[in-house]
Amino acid sequence: MAEQKKIATRDSFGRALVELGRQHKEIVVMDADLAGATRSGMFKKEFPDRFFDCGIAEGNMMSAAAGLSSMGLVPFVSTFAMFAAGRAFEQVRNGIGYPHLNVKICATHAGISVGADGATHQCCEDFALMRSIPGMTVLCPSDDVEARKLLAAAYELEGPVYLRFGRLGVPVFHDENAEITIGKGEILREGSDVALIATGILVPEAVKAAEKLAAAGIEARVINMATIKPLDEECVRQAAKDCGAILTVEEHNIIGGLGEAVCATVAETCPVPVCRIGVRDCFGHSAAAEELLAEHGLTAESIAAKAQQFVARKG
Amino acid sequence: MMEVQNLPELAVTVREDILRMTHAAGNGHPGGSLSATDYLVWLYNREMNVRPDEPCWEDRDRFVLSKGHVVPALYAVLAHKGYFPVEDLLTLRKPTSHLQGHPNMNDTPGIDMSSGSLGQGIGAAVGMAKGAKVLGKPLSVHVLLGDGECAEGEVWEAALYAAHYKLDNLCVAVDVNGLQIDGTTAEVMNTAPLDAKFAAFGFDAITVDGHDFAEIAKGFARFHENQGSGRPTVILMKTVKGKGVSFMENNPGWHGKAPNDEELAQGLRDLAAIRQQLKEG
Repeated sequence: MAEQKKIATRDSFGRALVELGRQHKEIVVMDADLAGATRSGMFKKEFPDRFFDCGIAEGNMMSAAAGLSSMGLVPFVSTFAMFAAGRAFEQVRNGIGYPHLNVKICATHAGISVGADGATHQCCEDFALMRSIPGMTVLCPSDDVEARKLLAAAYELEGPVYLRFGRLGVPVFHDENAEITIGKGEILREGSDVALIATGILVPEAVKAAEKLAAAGIEARVINMATIKPLDEECVRQAAKDCGAILTVEEHNIIGGLGEAVCATVAETCPVPVCRIGVRDCFGHSAAAEELLAEHGLTAESIAAKAQQFVARKG
Repeated sequence: MMEVQNLPELAVTVREDILRMTHAAGNGHPGGSLSATDYLVWLYNREMNVRPDEPCWEDRDRFVLSKGHVVPALYAVLAHKGYFPVEDLLTLRKPTSHLQGHPNMNDTPGIDMSSGSLGQGIGAAVGMAKGAKVLGKPLSVHVLLGDGECAEGEVWEAALYAAHYKLDNLCVAVDVNGLQIDGTTAEVMNTAPLDAKFAAFGFDAITVDGHDFAEIAKGFARFHENQGSGRPTVILMKTVKGKGVSFMENNPGWHGKAPNDEELAQGLRDLAAIRQQLKEG
């Protein structure tokens, strides 16, 4: 992959939100005193009358979003992933999920790549929490283009959606005209020796890992799985069938995330060995994002090395 | 709108329904349902602008039962208002019923918001009130809390929001019956004084007798006076948990327990006596 410009998906979110706000007057935006950091502040600047700061009170923000939604407005609610999925879990579950209200939860600063703020702010549990709510769609875009297109697609989808955005600048690898569909895995590279199913900001790392593997004579299929739920089970099944071994790659605890979702599908429909690459059930600490990603084995080098060992075991 | 003089008898009917419903279900929450009855009877028959034959009418006033466990009282009030057949009431909590153990907006005509997890209903209500302002709709949003429920932090998050956004179209009511599951609110977690607390949060607080329709009327009159003031209103209703049923009154044991056959019979006798008193004037 050639050197590309980098954009944090939270910036993409902010831009796309303003664009959607222009098109759809019923969109309102809420934040909990983090509008500058989440980039919902871009919407606030453009549409001050449709932006409601809720103060540092995330639980009430989710309940109030449910109320606004019941009035026919479409709330896009933004705060850090830790507080959207973590602090306000029960308000999301009972207030938004149970009545299946049309609220879009836009969580930024997700994953270990939040960096130096440390463990309290490194949310690696949000997929697990949000996946467990019936009817919740869970999205994790990998770059600027996908983030903007998924936000627009989330608006079109009636019902609750959780979107995960990152703080770290990441390469833009999608073409502006790329077709992005909720619920569809995107095959970025063909191969049949092993499948790398990645999500979010680690997708480019998975692509680089596949290039390294190719140099070692291993052809890896790379799948960008931006929809964590509902999972593209057909895409996973086909990968299991064609490749016989799968590695999942996510910036999330290996418990409850993409890896487990893939394991469940594979175990139930086409059993093959699966290796989950992610944060291995531990808390992070303060460090630069890149240092943390390296420490947790979330780099192209680590992914390629793990894949090589895993393929050797495939037999 | 129902004549005021007919409300006491409707309240007796609703209380009879509450006993029959929880008895038939074998579980449920009669105590708080009985304390909240008079407020709900007034709300739906004197206060709210609603259309039972068009429950999703966009411009209707909204109500959120934040203390969602007392939904038997609300179901009975809705049924007598014409939202669904009164016969449905005895299906409460049954597998095929549209009357869930806590309110579900997608199941039951007339329920404006699903609720039941305490502290969250008032959050939804402030969102509705804000939404009405944004949309330029002159409707009112009502929400009923319990005094025990006021220990939930979200109640005060929502109260901040209501005052901050000047939601004078929001009328919060608190069913101050002084009891919760584990005992008196004073012993378990004292939420008093609620008038001073809500006033400090920017509300106009008025305290009334929640079993006296003339007093309840005064509470809502204050809410109407506050339109245009930018201040949300809270009506603190002093009530008796288990009101109208001799052995349930002021007894925390009847928070979440259904009457058995004998208790149902006794309760209905108590209510029949109240009905008789009303007839005799």
